[in-house]
Amino acid sequence: MEKNQSRMQLVAMKQSFFDQGLLDEQFIQLEELQDDVNPNFVEEIVILYYGDSLRLISSIEQALKERNLLDFNKLDTLMHQFTGSSSSIGAKKVKAECNLFREYCRAGNIEGCMKSFQQCKKEYASLRKKLEAYFQLARQVGSSEAACRSK
Amino acid sequence: MDDSGDRFPIGMRVLAVDDDPTCLLVLETLLRRCQYHVTTTSQARTALTMLRENKDKFDLVISDVHMPDMDGFKLLELVGLEMDLPVIMLSAYGDTKLVMKGISHGACDYLLKPVRLEELKNIWQHVIRKKKSDPKEKNKTSKLDKTTSESGSGLRSAGAENSDENGKLTKKRKDQDEDEDEDKENGNDNEDPSAQKKPRVVWSVELHRKFVAAVNQLGIEKAVPKKILDMMNVENITRENVASHLQKYRLYLKRISCVANQQASMVAALGSADQSYLRMGGSGHFHNNAFRSFSPNGIISNLNTPTGLNGHGFSPSGLLQLGQSQSFNNSSNDQLKFQPTITPVNQNILQGMPMSIGFDHLQNNSSKGVFPVQNLNTDVKPTFPIPNRFPDQIPKVTTSSSHPPSLGISNNGLMLETHTEGKHGGIGIGYGSSSSSVSSRHSDFSFSMLDQGRHSDNWSSVVPLSGIQTNSFPSSDCFRQTAIPPSDNMASLPLQAGYPGGSLADVHSQGSVFTNSPEYINGNLPFQGWEDRNQDATYHSNITYGSINSLAPVNGAVVPRGQTTSNSTLHRNLDTKFCDPRQMKHAGFADLTECSSSRQPRVNIVSQQKFSNNLGSLEYLASSMMEQEQDKMKLLGGDFICDSYSGGVSL
Repeated sequence: MEKNQSRMQLVAMKQSFFDQGLLDEQFIQLEELQDDVNPNFVEEIVILYYGDSLRLISSIEQALKERNLLDFNKLDTLMHQFTGSSSSIGAKKVKAECNLFREYCRAGNIEGCMKSFQQCKKEYASLRKKLEAYFQLARQVGSSEAACRSK
Repeated sequence: MDDSGDRFPIGMRVLAVDDDPTCLLVLETLLRRCQYHVTTTSQARTALTMLRENKDKFDLVISDVHMPDMDGFKLLELVGLEMDLPVIMLSAYGDTKLVMKGISHGACDYLLKPVRLEELKNIWQHVIRKKKSDPKEKNKTSKLDKTTSESGSGLRSAGAENSDENGKLTKKRKDQDEDEDEDKENGNDNEDPSAQKKPRVVWSVELHRKFVAAVNQLGIEKAVPKKILDMMNVENITRENVASHLQKYRLYLKRISCVANQQASMVAALGSADQSYLRMGGSGHFHNNAFRSFSPNGIISNLNTPTGLNGHGFSPSGLLQLGQSQSFNNSSNDQLKFQPTITPVNQNILQGMPMSIGFDHLQNNSSKGVFPVQNLNTDVKPTFPIPNRFPDQIPKVTTSSSHPPSLGISNNGLMLETHTEGKHGGIGIGYGSSSSSVSSRHSDFSFSMLDQGRHSDNWSSVVPLSGIQTNSFPSSDCFRQTAIPPSDNMASLPLQAGYPGGSLADVHSQGSVFTNSPEYINGNLPFQGWEDRNQDATYHSNITYGSINSLAPVNGAVVPRGQTTSNSTLHRNLDTKFCDPRQMKHAGFADLTECSSSRQPRVNIVSQQKFSNNLGSLEYLASSMMEQEQDKMKLLGGDFICDSYSGGVSL
């Protein structure tokens, strides 16, 4: 019972991600890539993404500290990578914010960059929290299922 | 991949390059899902190394556009030139401009992140397409060098003149060749048209690249024509062709090393004697004025004198400038010795240098032709900035952008002014500025080989080569105290024009020819910023070096590898031989490699210089290759100057 409930909860959670526009089809594709050979593929990718993102975010932050002497090229490059990895896992909202940042960057709009970067960070933090909860639940469901099967 | 060839596309070997681990893992997984054989790396340089190790190891390369250690476009060019493999670009951004850039650099396709499985399922088409478009390709699983053959044939027609020159030069070479060439057996036999059934072989960049790759793989000491021929796996060339080419190449390597040495000293020397260097310029062609100012010694330093160099006339002495800036400063006048000799050369060189003179040309326009230097990032246009820039300092070739190509160097026009003025380190291969015409030649020379599309600015790899070649290494001559027989150089120069170098011109057509993106310059642009920019140049040169190195692949990158060793020998030779343009080429090439390591990045030019004459092409190729390979090429400038920097192509 609980297992079913958990599973349903999991499904509902995932669906909500899509509904809210947090994730897109790319996430589904990742799930499709998950199989017996790669049972935790999606989670692995996401964890990798966390690591990447932290690094990039702090680099961007560092670069943004220059305030009035922003190196837009560098920012663009850093953000490009962040955009790339975000899109690779299907982080839709984060990607959108990144694109916005890129626009500001290209326009040389410092304020715009700052603002949109804050948005990026926010979206990222929010997504991460949700995904972590999701995977935690998934693990529970998975382990309980495994436990069931082993019986 | 031969075993999976039948089940193609299953088992297709893909090399995936992306600095983002997340994307890389996703990509890898997707590719494996498509049943491809995947190798991944997050470093572009590692990728290049892997590719260079064995071209046949992969069928396709997928690379991200933005990477920290190397620009994706540059990698793209290099791979295309050196290995002729299909490359797919990958990016999170899909703006038209970027896509266009990808295409112009030779990408087979441009994918947007996140990549989807369906898209990857079809990428094998590019492999097939490449293979099919190469009629010479017998083995479909073998390296896809259709492009090579195509470009090669294109080149042949364009470079017919070169071949003749080459042939002649080869003959001369034979006589003068004191190389330990083990395959002299019929090195020059093929020069004789009657003996040859096939039309003269034009050593296109592609061809040369393969050649160099084969030589490197075998080891310069053990490279025999037969084996090289087998490794190259190209039709329509005989062992004799290879043998004679090898001969030239060896000489070139020697020359490079010599030149490198000399240049270094010259640079040092030049630093002191700025005007004297220009003297060398003597060359009538060059804008004499430019040269005059160059004191022989300072050939290198002279470059700084804008007057002399001014682009057009880069006084041959400019050759020195190229790499010399750095080394020259230090060395005292031993280099200067060169100069006197150079002078004569300049004249000739300039004249002959259709290519190298590119400087002039360069100056005038972003002329592409002249600068083999490819990367002349700086606006190439200035074509060898020399004129303007040359501060008295030694023409360090620092490729870094701002610096006007140290062209000043030796007559040979190698004047690579790396006039990077603002741009990239652009190699300012100021070929002796002497002839703007030269440069124009280059431009005409559309580097068919190179895949002009690629060059769009970065042509780093391609260009360097061509530019250099045409320039007929006047520069190399310069250094050598022996005052390279200008005529020799000159002669070669024209050839060069025909030679791929010319193509360089075209290649660059896109952007200023020399715009050496700092990255690219590595190989080619030694010159960049002479003195004044030194700091920048250094930086650039370094960068370019890096890039050039990557570029180097064009030549088959072979050069760099084996170069270090050969360089040393070359150095020796340089002193003695000096300027044999042909030799220089090789030498230049070798030097470049050496130079780069030892000197500052600026020198790239050195290698370029070699290009004049027969070697010119060789050098040219070499230089282009070298450029790529040499991260350090920068130094060449100093050494390079002498080196056959025929085209003034700074390495």
